[in-house]
Amino acid sequence: MSSAVQIDSVFKRFSNNESWVLEDLNLEVKQGEFISLVGASGCGKSTLLNLIAGLDKSSQGRIEVSSQPTLMFQESALLPWLSAGKNVELPILFKGANKADREARAKELLASVNLESSYNKRPHELSGGMKQRVAIARALAQDSNILLMDEPFAALDAITRDLLHEEIIRIWQENNLTVIFVTHNVREAVRLGQRVLLMSSRPGRFVKEWHVDIQEPRRIDSPEIAIMAREITDDLRSEIRRHADA
Amino acid sequence: MHNSDFRSLESGLDALDTRHTEGKKHLGTLVLKALSPLIAVVGLIVIWQLSIKIFSIESYILPTPLDVAHAIEQQWRLGNLQEAVFRSFLRGIEGFLLAIVIATPVGIILGLNKYARTVFGPILLGLQQLPSVAWVPAAIIWFGLSPATIYAVILLGSVPSIANGLISGIDQIPPIYLKLATVLRANRWQKIRHIVLPAAWTGYLAGLEQGWAFAWRSLMAAELIAISPALGLGIGQLLDVGRQLGDMSLVIASIFMIMLIGVLVEKVFFSPIRNRTLRKRGLL
Repeated sequence: MSSAVQIDSVFKRFSNNESWVLEDLNLEVKQGEFISLVGASGCGKSTLLNLIAGLDKSSQGRIEVSSQPTLMFQESALLPWLSAGKNVELPILFKGANKADREARAKELLASVNLESSYNKRPHELSGGMKQRVAIARALAQDSNILLMDEPFAALDAITRDLLHEEIIRIWQENNLTVIFVTHNVREAVRLGQRVLLMSSRPGRFVKEWHVDIQEPRRIDSPEIAIMAREITDDLRSEIRRHADA
Repeated sequence: MHNSDFRSLESGLDALDTRHTEGKKHLGTLVLKALSPLIAVVGLIVIWQLSIKIFSIESYILPTPLDVAHAIEQQWRLGNLQEAVFRSFLRGIEGFLLAIVIATPVGIILGLNKYARTVFGPILLGLQQLPSVAWVPAAIIWFGLSPATIYAVILLGSVPSIANGLISGIDQIPPIYLKLATVLRANRWQKIRHIVLPAAWTGYLAGLEQGWAFAWRSLMAAELIAISPALGLGIGQLLDVGRQLGDMSLVIASIFMIMLIGVLVEKVFFSPIRNRTLRKRGLL
């Protein structure tokens, strides 16, 4: 299988007299793979996503992507002056599609996240989970094969988050996407990812990798996930402990 | 989980989580809200009348409310009032629209370009600090007693407020919207048209409201000073006629008209736009 994202010896710092935020990152993400990235605060997870998304440039090294990625944030970042439907239409509008095509596509995408009746709703009328589903529909509207997610479910309640886990897995499978999912929630990382990568903090480095061979449908409360999450958490804790003396 | 089970669970959660927006307000509440300010106005008129009685104030110093009403009626019958209100209002609107046309690109450029802001920002701020009446003598020297003088004073009063409102609106855009524009691959024009301007709209609207108030004030100052048959009769000129004739009723009547038009524009035009914007964005 060909690679969707190829990261070669990437270093990043924000100014020359600062120490590295990201140090010597190497990673190959295959087409159609679902990768979870976990790490404590300050490990540069978001910085890395910004680099992959092309929002920022690496200081050294190369990042190659097979197609232009799209990025989802912790906040839904829906524009409050537009209806849910018009928010989904935005990337299609930017590509220059006509009104009828935009509307048809937005309705189709909203239906795919079970929100077909919310086309005319304003963001403030939607719950946190619904907003994130609209944001997913908007990301899909970009027709990108690579979806980068920066702790997108961190602000949601547990029931809603479980549902969105199922939703994102279904969307990943149906659309044959490549997903890089950043989280500080280790169970979530194991619930979703085919591979879980642990990052160290200051500087951010990949320190360990796990393959998750648990069949879908997975459940976040299943024993296999708990066992694996525990192992990863232990490693994460020892990474954090290293900073106690520093 | 079975797919239809999942869908119904999701729909159930959505139904529980969705906030219900309030229905239309009761008609009685709206009428009460519209009439409430009148109570204060009536109260003020009563105090006015009583003070004249109690302190036996001469009518050339302060006329009674009835004298003022009479002056308004008389000017109406002469046709002066309609003419003055119409001309002033039209000038005010024309000047204001022209100010919008000039201030908007200035605000966008200075809002988006940090270097342009560093260079021109202080000048704009200085212009905003300056009472536009200070420009009247200069404008008369440059343009004579012509409509150009009046428009120049309106623009100098109004443009800085509108531009500064738009600039602060742009400054207050949450950074995530600008990041979103990049993520969604908006080009520069699309970013301005679909992200920056709508996001800055509330600040821009505040600037427009202030810009109108300044335009209206500047117009009155200009009309009061620049008096010539070539300029015709505006409310400011009407006020000056009252002063020259020592007709205090006409003076008060003119002041009243200036205030009334200012309040009406705010209530009939700006206030509904502002409320609609805030309601649509869930801020009200």
